[in-house]
Amino acid sequence: MNQAAPAIRVSDLRKRFRATQALDGVSLEIPPGEFFGLLGPNGAGKTTLISILAGLTRADSGHAAIMGHDVVRDYRQARRALGVVPQELVYDPFFNVRETLRIQSGYFGLKHNDGWIDEIMHHLDLTPHADKNTQNLSGGMKRRLLVAQALVHKPPVIVLDEPTAGVDVDLRRSLWEFVSRLNREGHTILLTTHYLEEAEALCGRIAMLKSGRVVALDATRNLLKLTNEHCAQLRLSTETIPAAWQTRLLHDAGGSWRMNFSDYRELETLLADLRGVGTHVLEMQLQEPDLEDVFTDIMKRT
Amino acid sequence: MSGLSALFYKELLRFWKVVVQTVVAPVVTALLYLLIFSHVLEEHVQVYPGVSYTSFLVPGLVMMSMLQNAFSNSSSSLIQSKMQGNIVFVLLPPLSYLEFFLAYLGASILRGLIVGLGVWAVTLWYAPFQLPHPGWLLAYALLACAIMGAVGIVAGIWAEKYDQLAAFQNFLILPLTFLSGVFYSINSLPPFWQAVSRVNPVFYLIDGFRYAFVGQSDTDPGLGLLVAGACFVAISALTLMLLKSGYKLRH
Repeated sequence: MNQAAPAIRVSDLRKRFRATQALDGVSLEIPPGEFFGLLGPNGAGKTTLISILAGLTRADSGHAAIMGHDVVRDYRQARRALGVVPQELVYDPFFNVRETLRIQSGYFGLKHNDGWIDEIMHHLDLTPHADKNTQNLSGGMKRRLLVAQALVHKPPVIVLDEPTAGVDVDLRRSLWEFVSRLNREGHTILLTTHYLEEAEALCGRIAMLKSGRVVALDATRNLLKLTNEHCAQLRLSTETIPAAWQTRLLHDAGGSWRMNFSDYRELETLLADLRGVGTHVLEMQLQEPDLEDVFTDIMKRT
Repeated sequence: MSGLSALFYKELLRFWKVVVQTVVAPVVTALLYLLIFSHVLEEHVQVYPGVSYTSFLVPGLVMMSMLQNAFSNSSSSLIQSKMQGNIVFVLLPPLSYLEFFLAYLGASILRGLIVGLGVWAVTLWYAPFQLPHPGWLLAYALLACAIMGAVGIVAGIWAEKYDQLAAFQNFLILPLTFLSGVFYSINSLPPFWQAVSRVNPVFYLIDGFRYAFVGQSDTDPGLGLLVAGACFVAISALTLMLLKSGYKLRH
């Protein structure tokens, strides 16, 4: 394994499916140990990008490498370094949980892997289900098995493609604890998700894709600074509004007022002007921008 | 365990877990054919002098069962994995296209041989044991299962629905095996159909395989082996080419 190489490097990746340009020149570099989020609306190219990294799809042009191993030329090393949790809840109904994990280990040429298999089953609460046929597992357990399968060969890079879609709160929490632990232990994580609060909480850096292009790529905290659209929600003592604020203050259905602002000094001016017309603030709530605002904003702008 | 042996093992375990369906059922079917046809024809038909109809029929049935089951093993495994989506489990690991081919092929051959042995074993009650040419038997059995195992891989990769695979099976594999001299000698056919049979590679498989049992055949078993060998090389080349290109597997 090439230690100096980035965990994932993608350069000018392009892929076309008939009429759709799924990827239109995507470049990314993810250093080892990072928890990286890949966001974008449906059809933005997230799964295509992951499929190319995993060797399931072949790019029309451009390069992709895992830990410095080209996914086409050095596919064996690249795939050994990569664990993929697919988006679809797939399983092989012929086998039980333990058989599934043993066979998956075998595909990676691992002979005596029972110790590690027991360990991942334990961490994912699969041990009580070890001898259960996979088709008798609940949806959540099937998801856990997919995570376990992605980890049988201890890959340094782990890709999770919308792992919490349709998953209950408990499993989501335990899954994130487990994945965060893997990240702390040095694994690089690439995550795609539709739950933006998840991405905000977990990912150190985020790329946003739209129509096959990277439209934003930065540390999560920097992205959050991109939109300084704060929102104040006010309940006022009267309906009298200073003339200058008529267009900025919006009357809510519930009888309160909303104002979007980017600079806190605006809020000071507003409060002073309100006092000037004899209106008092009864209640005020401030909302900070979150990743969802940033996301919506970026998707609109680009 | 290398990736190849793991995939081979998985394929064996897969059909062994449903052994009633994959081994016992085809043996029973072949036995039914034997009972019916030998009952109806034993007294009336003698294809080769000194060979009873039942003794003539047994090798044909054994070969037919091997062909159908070798095809069935790889094709149904692949279509099921594709439909279910678990084909990604073998596409994500560092398996080469050659390992992929050999594992599916090996499991198909083994399933074909096991079914063939089973059919032969139950027919021993009806036809006396004779095997003048065991070498031919082995060569033909292996080649036949290998050809159909490879055809099964192609069909399994090509088919996108169970329906398409069923069409492949019912309109190609079944007629090819039924109309290739399992139940009759092609010498009893009108000249046109004799000529058609001679371009059907399955005919050579059955004819040569029968030679191993009864010591008589419609054509030279050496020529048959050559045809079979050429067929195997051609279908393997096609299969490997498809797998290498990622046809319908890696988009």
